[in-house]
Amino acid sequence: MCGVCGCGKGETRLEMGEQAQGHTAHDHRHHDHEHDHGHTHHDHAHVHHDHDHDHSHHDHSHPAPAGDVHSLRDDPSRRAHLVSVEQDILGKNNALAAHNRRHFNSHGVLALNLVSSPGAGKTSLLVASLQRLLPGTTVAVIEGDQETSADADRIRATGAPAIQVNTGRGCHLDAAMIDEAFHRLHVQDGILFIENVGNLVCPAGFDLGEAHKVVIASVTEGEDKPLKYPNMFAASSLMLVSKVDLLPHLDFDVDLLIANARRVNPSIAVIKVSATTGEGIDRWLKWIGAARDMAVASA
Amino acid sequence: MHEIALCNSLVDLIRDQQRQRGFRRVRRVIVEVGVLGHVDPHALDFAFDVEARNSPAEGAVLEIREIQGRAWCMDCSRLVTIARRGEACPDCGGFGLIVEQGEELRLKELEVI
Repeated sequence: MCGVCGCGKGETRLEMGEQAQGHTAHDHRHHDHEHDHGHTHHDHAHVHHDHDHDHSHHDHSHPAPAGDVHSLRDDPSRRAHLVSVEQDILGKNNALAAHNRRHFNSHGVLALNLVSSPGAGKTSLLVASLQRLLPGTTVAVIEGDQETSADADRIRATGAPAIQVNTGRGCHLDAAMIDEAFHRLHVQDGILFIENVGNLVCPAGFDLGEAHKVVIASVTEGEDKPLKYPNMFAASSLMLVSKVDLLPHLDFDVDLLIANARRVNPSIAVIKVSATTGEGIDRWLKWIGAARDMAVASA
Repeated sequence: MHEIALCNSLVDLIRDQQRQRGFRRVRRVIVEVGVLGHVDPHALDFAFDVEARNSPAEGAVLEIREIQGRAWCMDCSRLVTIARRGEACPDCGGFGLIVEQGEELRLKELEVI
């Protein structure tokens, strides 16, 4: 019970007379009673009494300033209660990704989300792919990078339209960034390459609405990359093993890399490629063509 | 450190809940995190303290409940428990596993006043 105005849990009426006006900051959330609507102090200056009184449960929230007489006297633990929420923390991103996916489908666009560590050769591979696809195929690129626009400049040099999304301190692209960039690209019936920020951890959790994630692992990295970053390899439909032209100079076991990738994703497809020699690029473009046919068929 | 972005989304969800339910502030935030997911609980905890500032959840305790990893073994045709991705089926030693549980990232409950 409140020692100042006499109101408290279990009471059904409250007469707020002269004393009540002394409550400069009146937290009413614990009041489980109805108010007497006959009282006249509603237009007093104390702002915490300006709620309307046609409710019977005081579950509205008033920020209680310091010195709140009720708060000082209440034991907060008595009022604390659990509310069940059950919501996916990535729900908003996932909803936007679903929106993007519908958007891509309705525009006849196959969206591929390219992910890798920094320096795995995403941009070089993309440039080599675009040079083969253009001018016969409609293509567009969204470039995610933390700071520079150097990658987008390299892409534009091929003639493909590219939008640079600088994530600043952000370590990944999210669905909202892709939504905005896609609206500016005006792609219809083509392939959208999304080059994610070079990072094998963070982009794994953020669905962008793509048809497939494609992970690029170069032979200059370790064979254990899939085990160190399993979520990205698990989320990807295809692994491109890049820079295979360097294999004669390296002590690298490609079969071990592939076995490790299949340990975390038994169904992942694998293509060995080199942007330098062009090895495997045709197979990669064939894979894209098949993915596009499937996307069109299911749209 | 995508945990910062995740905590940003988490605080947004809490603000939504505050608008809907009208509580004053949050004392405890209970989240479920699958052990096979992409979230580092320590990073999440650290990021939460930062992102919750000036929100109804400022100073709230983040309680992380781990959800164990469960996968369907295609060779054994049954559900098995795994601690991390890339781990073999505890029964047959194979890697033909399809993850069924363990990637959750869910705001479960709030303790509010």
